[in-house]
Amino acid sequence: MSQNYYPEGDSFRQSLSGRYRIANIWQALFLSALVIAVLSLVALLYNVIDGAFGYVAFEYKNDPSKFTAKPLDDLTRQELLDILKVNLSSGAYTKLDNEKPMQERSGSVLYTLVLERLIQIDTKQTWSMTDSILRSAEIKAEIAQKYPKAKLEFRSWLTPVFLTTPMSSKAEFAGVRTAILGSLWMVGIAILFALPIGIGAAIYLQEYANKNFINRVIQTNINNLAGVPSIVYGMLGLAIFVRALEPFTSGSMFGIMDSNGRTILSAGLTMGILVLPLIIINAQEAIKAVPDSLRQAAFGVGATRWQTTWHYVLPNALPGILTGSILAVSRAIGETAPLIIVGASTFISIDPSGPFSKFTALPIQIYQWTTRAQPEFHAIAASAIIVLLILLLTLNAAAVLLRNHVQRKY
Amino acid sequence: MNQLDLSKKTRIGESVIQTLLFIAGFLSIFITVAIVYELGKEAWLFFGNPDVTFAKFFGTTTWQPSIGQFGILPLVTSTLITSFIAIFVSLPLGLAVALFLSEYASPKARSALKPVLEILAGIPTVVYGYFALLFMTPLLQKIFGEQTVEVYNMASAGIVMGIMILPLISSMSEDALSAVPRALREGAYAMGATKFETSIQVVLPAALSGIGAALIIGISRAVGETMIVAIAAGSGPNFTFNPFKAAETMTGHIARISGGDLSYNSIDYTSLFAIALMLFLVTLVLNLISQTVINRFRQRYE
Amino acid sequence: MQNTQIPEYAIETKNIFIFYGAFPAVSEVNLKIEKQKITAIIGPSGCGKSTLLRAFNRMNDFVPSSYLTGKILLHGQNLYGKNIDPVEVRRKIGMVFQKPNPFPKSIYENISWGAKINGFKGNMDELVEQSLRDAALWGEVKDKLKKSAYELSGGQQQRLCIARAIAIQPDIILMDEPASALDPISTLRIEELMQELKKNYTIIIVTHNMQQAARVSDYTAMMMLEKDGSRSGTVIEYSETKRIFTNPKDRRTEDYVTGRFG
Repeated sequence: MSQNYYPEGDSFRQSLSGRYRIANIWQALFLSALVIAVLSLVALLYNVIDGAFGYVAFEYKNDPSKFTAKPLDDLTRQELLDILKVNLSSGAYTKLDNEKPMQERSGSVLYTLVLERLIQIDTKQTWSMTDSILRSAEIKAEIAQKYPKAKLEFRSWLTPVFLTTPMSSKAEFAGVRTAILGSLWMVGIAILFALPIGIGAAIYLQEYANKNFINRVIQTNINNLAGVPSIVYGMLGLAIFVRALEPFTSGSMFGIMDSNGRTILSAGLTMGILVLPLIIINAQEAIKAVPDSLRQAAFGVGATRWQTTWHYVLPNALPGILTGSILAVSRAIGETAPLIIVGASTFISIDPSGPFSKFTALPIQIYQWTTRAQPEFHAIAASAIIVLLILLLTLNAAAVLLRNHVQRKY
Repeated sequence: MNQLDLSKKTRIGESVIQTLLFIAGFLSIFITVAIVYELGKEAWLFFGNPDVTFAKFFGTTTWQPSIGQFGILPLVTSTLITSFIAIFVSLPLGLAVALFLSEYASPKARSALKPVLEILAGIPTVVYGYFALLFMTPLLQKIFGEQTVEVYNMASAGIVMGIMILPLISSMSEDALSAVPRALREGAYAMGATKFETSIQVVLPAALSGIGAALIIGISRAVGETMIVAIAAGSGPNFTFNPFKAAETMTGHIARISGGDLSYNSIDYTSLFAIALMLFLVTLVLNLISQTVINRFRQRYE
Repeated sequence: MQNTQIPEYAIETKNIFIFYGAFPAVSEVNLKIEKQKITAIIGPSGCGKSTLLRAFNRMNDFVPSSYLTGKILLHGQNLYGKNIDPVEVRRKIGMVFQKPNPFPKSIYENISWGAKINGFKGNMDELVEQSLRDAALWGEVKDKLKKSAYELSGGQQQRLCIARAIAIQPDIILMDEPASALDPISTLRIEELMQELKKNYTIIIVTHNMQQAARVSDYTAMMMLEKDGSRSGTVIEYSETKRIFTNPKDRRTEDYVTGRFG
C-alpha cells in the first residue's frame, strides 16, 4: 500500500490557509468585475455631462454694428423686429411669418433670430466641462492667442430653451422640440396599436388557450420575436408600412397630397410591432400572477370566462400590465435603428401636425448630431442625451413606484 | 313548475370575444410570417439578379452592389469581430458579477447593486454609440497611440457593446446559479469545502447550461446591434482583421444605406434585405438553441 | 478497583441550546455518543432532530440567524470555540443527506474531488476503489467510473454519497434520514452497509422510521417538544436501543415507540 494519507493538524491548517488565500484573490477579482461595471456606468454618464457644458469660443460672422448702432442687448423688441424686416430677404421673412407671425414672437426669440440669421455665429472651439473647470486660465490664454477676436463664454448647452426650440441646421441654435414631439407622437401611435392587441393576446394565451400544438407554437414564436434585432423590425416596417401600405400611411387615401410613406404613422406602427412581444410577455406574467382562487370564485357564481377575465382577472393584473406598458414605452422611446430605416427625416424643423407628417425623434437627433464632425454638434448631442435619459428615468421610476405600490397592496 | 334548462346556450358575445382574442394571439405568427416573406421576397430578387452569384456573395471581399461587387465577407467579418470583442468583454465580466452577486454579496449589497445593472441595461444604444465614439475611441487612442487606432474602429464599438451586454449575461447567469439546489451546495460544504471551492467547482458546473444559454443570447444581441457600430465602427465595408481599423458591420451598413436616398427597385434596396434576412436567420437560430438549452436546464432541476 | 478508565466518547454535547433568532429550536441537550456505535435520534416531526444533527458538523451556520450556546466536544475540543474553523470541523464529521445529492461530475470525480480539496496525497485510484468497496458499490460501478453520477439509481447514488463521505476519513458520519427517499430494497442495503461501516466509523442517524432505529442502532436518543409548550425540542431519554424499545423510562417515549402517537 503506497503512501496514502491526508495532511492532519498543522499541515492541514497550512493547506487550508492556502485555499483561503486563493479564494480571497478570486473574490477580489469578482468584485473588481462589479467595480468595472459600476465605473463604466459612471464613465458614461460623466462623458455625457462633460460634453453638454463647457467653454465655447465663437466669433460673429457679421459685425452687429452693420445692423444697429446700439449694443445688441439693449435693443427693444420692436427694434429687433425692424432690423429683421429690413435685413432679411422678403422670402425668408415671409416664410418665418407664415410659420408663426413675427408680431407674436417674444423679444428673446427675435433676439435669437437676429443672432442666427443676420449676425451668424461661427464656433471656433469647444471644451469639455472638466477642461473648462480645470484649465480655465490655460484656455483663456490659448484663445487670446489663436482667436483674438473671439468671445469666450461658459455655456450650458442644455437649457430650457433647448427643449422648446425646433431643429436647426446650426448647432448653436438647434433645439429638441421637433424631436420630442415626434417621439411622443410615434410612441403614442405605437402604444395605441400594441397595447390592446398585446393584452388581448396575453389574455388569450393565459385564459383561453389549451396546451395544444398551435398554442405552444404561438408562445415560442412570441419569445423569439422578443429577440429579433430591432433593425429587422425596421426592414419589416419599410417593406410593409412605408412601401406596401403607402396609400394608407402617407394619407393619400385620405386626400393628403404631396406625401410619401415615411410618416409618423409608419414609424408608430413599426415601433408598435417591435414592442408587441414585450407587452404580451409582460402582460402574461401579470395575468399568471393573479391567484387562481379569484377565478374559481367567479366561475363558482356562474360567470362566463370573459366576464371572469374582464371583471376579476384584468383589474387584478392591471398594475402589472401598466408596469409592463411603461417599460414598453421606454423601449420605444430609446430605439433608433428602426426609425432610421423607416425614414426619419434628416432635417425637419416643423412640428409634426398629425400622423401623416414627416418626423424626427429624439434618438434620431442624437444619432445625427453625434455623427457630425463639428464639436458643437457633439455638445448638443450630449444635451439631447441628457434629456432622453431624464425622460427614461422618470418613466422607469414611475414603473418601479407602481410596482412597489402594488406589492404593498397585496 | 319551472323547467330547469341547463343546456348550452350560444353566447354570441363570448364567441366574438374569443375569436378576437385568438386573432390577437395569432397575429404574432402573422408578424413572423411577414418578416420571412418580406425579407425573403426582396432577398430572392437580389439573388435572382444575374450578376449575383453565391460564389461572389460568399467568396469575394468587396461589397459595393451599385458597381457589381457582391462580396458579403467584409460586412460579415466586421460583425463577427465586433461581436467577438463584445463577448470577450461581457462574458468574463458578466459571469464574475453573477458569481459575486449570487455567492458573496449580502442581500443589502445585492439590492443596491442590481439597479446599477438594470440602468446599464436600460440605456438606449444610441447613447452607448456616443460613448464609444467620444470616450472609448479617444481612450484607446491614448493607450495605443493615434497611429494605431483609427477614429472609427471595431474595438471601441466592440468593447462598448460588451458593456451593454454585460447586464444581460450577468442576470441570466445569476438566475442559473440560483437555480442550483441548496442540497448540492450542502453536499460540498459537508465535505469540508470552502465557499469558493463550492461555488466554482460544484455550483458553476451545475449551472453551466444556463450560463451557456446566456452566452448564446449575448451573441445574438451583439450580432443584431446597430447603433453602437453605426456610430463608432466605421462607415464603409472593409475586409480586415485589425480591430483598430474602421469596418462597417452588416447592421451598420443597412442603417447607413437606408438613411440615404433609396429607390425601391435598385440593387442596393434588395441587397439590404438579403443582409437583413441573414441577420434574422442567424439570430433566430441562436435564440432557438438558447431556449432549448434553458428548457433542458430547467427540467433537470425541477 | 483497578479499572477507573473513563470510556472516551466519540463526541459529546454539553448543555447545548440551538437558537433561530430568539427562538430555541433545541434546548438543553446533553449527549455522550459512543465510539464506533450507531446512535439513532428519533422523535415526531418538527421536534428538532435534524437541527440537532446539523449542529454536530456546524451546518446550522449557514442559517444566518442561527447560533448555539453550550459546547460540543470532539476529542476534548469545543467545536464551537472561538478559533475553530467550521471547514475543519466538516472535514472530520461527514454527512449523508436525505435526498441523494451527488455532484454533477463522474462517479470517480465525486469521490476524488473531496479527497483533492482536502489535500490527499497518494494513489487516487486506490482511494476511489476502496471507498466504493466500503460503500458496497464497487461491483456495480467499476466499469463505468467515468460516467455521470446522475446515471445511477437512487439507492446507488446514496451509496455513492456514503462512499465520498468516507473517502476523506472522517471520525463521525452523520446521516439525516438517509433512506427515506429510497425504496425498501435500497433501504435494506443501506442498513446492512451501516453495520459494516460502524466497525470503523461512529454513526449518528436521524430517522423518523422507528423500526429502522430499532433494527439498526445500538443507542437511541428520543427527542420531543418540551411539555411547557415552548415548541422547543429536547432529548427526553437516551440509552441503549434495546432498553428504549422494550422498557423505556419516560411515559412519552413509551407512547411514541408503541405507536400510540407520533
